[in-house]
Amino acid sequence: MGIFEAILLTVITAATPLVLAAVGELVTERAGVLNLGVEGMMVMGAACAFIATQVTGSPYLGILAGIASGALFSLLFGFLTLTLVANQVATGLALTILGLGVSGMIGEAYVGQSGIKLPQIVFPVLSDIPFLGPLVFKQDLIFYLSIAVVVGVNWFLFRSRAGLKLRSVGDSHASAHALGINVIRMRYLAVMFGGACAGLAGAQLSLVYTPQWVENMSAGRGWIALALVVFASWRPWRVVAGGYLFGAVSISQLHAQAFGIGVPSQFLSALPYLATIVVLILISHNRRTTLINTPASLGKPFVPDR
Amino acid sequence: MKKILFALATTAAVIGFSAAASAADKAKVCFVYVGSKTDGGWTQAHDLGRQELEKALGDKVETQFLENVPEGPDAERAIERLARSGCGLIFTTSFGFMDATVKIAAKFPDVKFEHATGYKTAPNLATYNSRFYEGRYIQGQIAAKISQKGVAGYIASFPIPEVVMGINSFVIGARTINPDFKIKVVWANTWFDPGKEADAAKALIDQGVDVLTQHTDTTAPMQVAAERGIKAFGQASDMVKAGPKTQLTAIVDTWGAYYIKRTQAFIDGKWESTSSWDGLKDGILTMAPYTNMPDDVKALAEATEAKIRSGELKPFTGPLKKQDGSEWLKAGETADDGTLLGMNFYVEGVDDKLPQ
Repeated sequence: MGIFEAILLTVITAATPLVLAAVGELVTERAGVLNLGVEGMMVMGAACAFIATQVTGSPYLGILAGIASGALFSLLFGFLTLTLVANQVATGLALTILGLGVSGMIGEAYVGQSGIKLPQIVFPVLSDIPFLGPLVFKQDLIFYLSIAVVVGVNWFLFRSRAGLKLRSVGDSHASAHALGINVIRMRYLAVMFGGACAGLAGAQLSLVYTPQWVENMSAGRGWIALALVVFASWRPWRVVAGGYLFGAVSISQLHAQAFGIGVPSQFLSALPYLATIVVLILISHNRRTTLINTPASLGKPFVPDR
Repeated sequence: MKKILFALATTAAVIGFSAAASAADKAKVCFVYVGSKTDGGWTQAHDLGRQELEKALGDKVETQFLENVPEGPDAERAIERLARSGCGLIFTTSFGFMDATVKIAAKFPDVKFEHATGYKTAPNLATYNSRFYEGRYIQGQIAAKISQKGVAGYIASFPIPEVVMGINSFVIGARTINPDFKIKVVWANTWFDPGKEADAAKALIDQGVDVLTQHTDTTAPMQVAAERGIKAFGQASDMVKAGPKTQLTAIVDTWGAYYIKRTQAFIDGKWESTSSWDGLKDGILTMAPYTNMPDDVKALAEATEAKIRSGELKPFTGPLKKQDGSEWLKAGETADDGTLLGMNFYVEGVDDKLPQ
């Protein structure tokens, strides 16, 4: 295996949780809900996935636990902001704080245990393709799921009737309501989808990336995912591009350091953020298309008149 | 509902706050931690020290701690709260608590303070630190013996003197065995990010290092080393559980002896403000069992450890050159503590440019 392949493999591992969490949040925001609790849902997913794996011995049950915990946790956010019409920004921040605290508490007994790494699923024949094979066809289930989620979300949002409804809810909840769409129900589903994706991203952290549990192990990745959604102007494939670019620059800068190229490491550490922001701004520079893509009702509460 | 949520969040954040009514005849000793007491590294080592203190002094002492205290203004509030709640002796266990501790110590002249790894003292404020670099010298020697390629990978956190000192000591140790030994340094620019530390480990291994050491806090690099089948050293706590067939040894912080000594002095009324910088001989740091290495390497490591303990060997002893080839220490000359604590240059053999 060449060094280039080795770098790409590491990039895929680093980018997968970002892409998953960001695509989930993208759907939530397309429905007009701003959930700043991604970090909290992610870290809950990581804790629950790890605990379930240790208890049952099956990382696949761990994945399920991660998804379920993320979705359930986001339901709390949904209840507060959609039913009780609490402020979305404040509630999202509280969700992050709560998630970091609760995950630390329930995971305390599991710190320091060596986890079970999610096994690779090898596609026969396909995995023998030089270069591409080991990268794309010799990965774990969560990587394949991340691809499926992106393709599915893209199809759903722009090719399906339900997706059109979801976008209309995010663009003008009053009009959608007048058309007879159940805005609150749609938003609940979108929030839970975002939570499930963040939980799955968390499961990737504690089952694939580093098979262990330590408090606060998401280390800010939820915030990066949130930023990716905005800079990708709410387009799924741009989120993927941004996530992989971020991963690629992060890993390359570590390699550059190990090669000893003599550039200050603080600058190299900042590079992934700079590069991703610059590139995503360049590809979304057309102000009009960006405006069209921005959910107009984002963050605004909706109270149906009865 | 939102109120309940916030209350929950607050409860979760201060879950470690074990408030108990203070009995008048007991010495109340308090600790401020930067991380969680189960982080598997730095803070866990301090908490083990606290538990040892409780065990050793029994009824004479009562302890209390605050965990996950962020460095900055929050630290000031946390320390002040402890000082007000009747703590007689307060240990603040992170470099970043320095200025907050200095400020609160000035406000509460009757309370004694001890700050770990800092350099500012006051009549009621002492500092304490550990000579971690002694352990890194031993690690360097082991690495040079074990490595087939003559290159070690070093995952570093921030370019502060403490970390630079460790890198230099590792290289000096390694070069006593193999004069051409090299290390590759990767700065993670974080103390704590398992994913990033794992990425750094993978990058170093992909570039051909066959032994790994770290100055960051999680066991992720050890796990990666185990997966890739190379050897590695643990940091701050014994990390052998993360790599039973991987860990060569680890620098283990054992603060307990110091905490017991200082608390006893406090109870006896003999506490004085000091700047203590102890090493292997004082038991403030110990080496985890030497494992996964041939017997002759183990014997060498044990011999070096004994020499450092007895004071016969000091890692920073000349002749030593700086990275640029200029002379630093003449033969037989030893670096003084002031130079070490402000160290901002590499010695010869480090294959990296020091971030300034």
